Amino acid sequence: MNPYAVRAIFRQEMGRFFRTIMQSMISPVISTSLYFVVFGAAIGSRIDMVEDISYGAFIVPGLIMLTVMTQATANASFAIFFPKFIGAIYEILSAPINFVEIVLGYVGAAAVKALFIGLIILATSFLFVDLTIAHPVAMVAFLVLTCISFALLGFIIGIWAGNFEQLQLIPLLVITPLVFLGGSFYSITMLPPVWQTVSMFNPVVYLVSGFRWSFFGTADVPILASLGAIALFASLCLAMVWWIFRSGWRIRQ
Amino acid sequence: MEATPLSGLGLSPARRYLPQARRQEAEVAPIVSVRKLRKSYKTGFEALKGVSLDIHKGEILALLGPNGAGKTTLISTICGITNPTSGSVRVGGYDVVRDWRAARSLIGLVPQEISLESFEKVADLVRFSRGLFGKPPNPAHIEKILKQLSLWDKRDARIMTLSGGMKRRVLIAKALSHEPRILFLDEPTAGVDVELRRDMWQVVNDLRASGVTIILTTHYIEEAEAIADRVGVIAKGEILLVEDKAELMARMGRKELRIELAQPLETVPEALAAWSLRIGANGRSLVYDYDTRAERTGITSLLNAMRDAGLVMTDLDTEQSSLEDIFVGLVKEHA
Repeated sequence: MNPYAVRAIFRQEMGRFFRTIMQSMISPVISTSLYFVVFGAAIGSRIDMVEDISYGAFIVPGLIMLTVMTQATANASFAIFFPKFIGAIYEILSAPINFVEIVLGYVGAAAVKALFIGLIILATSFLFVDLTIAHPVAMVAFLVLTCISFALLGFIIGIWAGNFEQLQLIPLLVITPLVFLGGSFYSITMLPPVWQTVSMFNPVVYLVSGFRWSFFGTADVPILASLGAIALFASLCLAMVWWIFRSGWRIRQ
Repeated sequence: MEATPLSGLGLSPARRYLPQARRQEAEVAPIVSVRKLRKSYKTGFEALKGVSLDIHKGEILALLGPNGAGKTTLISTICGITNPTSGSVRVGGYDVVRDWRAARSLIGLVPQEISLESFEKVADLVRFSRGLFGKPPNPAHIEKILKQLSLWDKRDARIMTLSGGMKRRVLIAKALSHEPRILFLDEPTAGVDVELRRDMWQVVNDLRASGVTIILTTHYIEEAEAIADRVGVIAKGEILLVEDKAELMARMGRKELRIELAQPLETVPEALAAWSLRIGANGRSLVYDYDTRAERTGITSLLNAMRDAGLVMTDLDTEQSSLEDIFVGLVKEHA
């Protein structure tokens, strides 16, 4: 184990985060506030209650998830893509570190950043809506697991991407639609039966549902299914990362 | 120990090329030992075709070769950036594939391309490298390196504000941050001005004095001449020669004096037998091989003797065999 290397990577990545504090922190907060204004105030005033919860409060877990997923993915993918892009990857490849340490450093930092942003959005939400958290421990656990899994996914995307366009491609074409269609702003039960069935194939539904359960005690899908889904997703990403380092895919010839 | 292409007599290159005093040191296992190393890329291109090479502790080895000869691939494989297709590499006794962690800890690498994050600060990047190689923070060591490379004043400057030469120094500082025993410099002075080049040579010499083994690749022959202890020539994925620089210089020190004659000669006159002369083309010239670094080259006495013998000269011409000639000759021969 090379703890100094993990710390070095982690610190460098966090340094990038604080260097671009406007971009990395303020912009998610502003966009979330806008969601509150648009969905909470404008639309929410017409919807009123969803499952006995005020619409403004109902969308909080979804909003946090939306931001955390995109941020974790973007941060991790950029963190590993950038050294590849500028050529600094040589140092990582020639250093006495194994893939677990590399992943701990990069994915750890990306997950922590996303977690930071998630918590800030949560704090911001209290300014807009009345909010109680029914299961705080489960809430934190879901948040942390989501940060880690999506940071892992981002790491894979960053390794796969050969240029900046590809770096944006999967988040844009896959993650954003899945997140928006994952029940962030509505309950799956509001959909026609066909679309309810289709939604069951969207992994994000399970995450948002589980996360929402930790706030309000109600969920679209059973809480164990949510836990299972996130565990499965994290394992798949881990297996993929392990394979990448094993085969040297796109990083070591 | 397996034979290298150069050990025709069954002697290791160390025995053949190192002076007596350094031989004993070299008898200790080489710090880097490359054996029958092959590297083929997925495209089918074979970058290394069975390279064997021993690098001795504390020496400066210059690897000369044209572009695409395999210099960078060789270094990348020793450093663990690319995986060998076959063959083995040992660094400090550790196999780079099996004991990769121990092997890589000993190595510092300065890449050919400047690849630094523009927004980072100099000292942060150097500290990062130290951590990456598993060393606990040591501000005193970082300070020493930055001062040695004249970067101390720039320690809080962002990379993008630095000149190209400064960036190159940062790369060196990063490579030295974890106190490596072996330093690889891949084309350290490509695109660098004369002053900085001399500075770099000074740094390299200082490092060698502190016991660091240095391997540099270059296609500047004068660079090899200026700082290397041994010179290796690589072309098309094969090592063509590894030789002590002093011996190469001795070969290079040979000069040929060609004396054009007014009257053709059949044989070398008796009076000139003391100088080992050859008759040139058509008997119209005499050729004299001499050592420019000898105390007496024998040129003055030869010319005097020729005048006494009544030979009339029409022209004089000298030609030096340089490392460049040897190099070009070797590479051509191989092509």
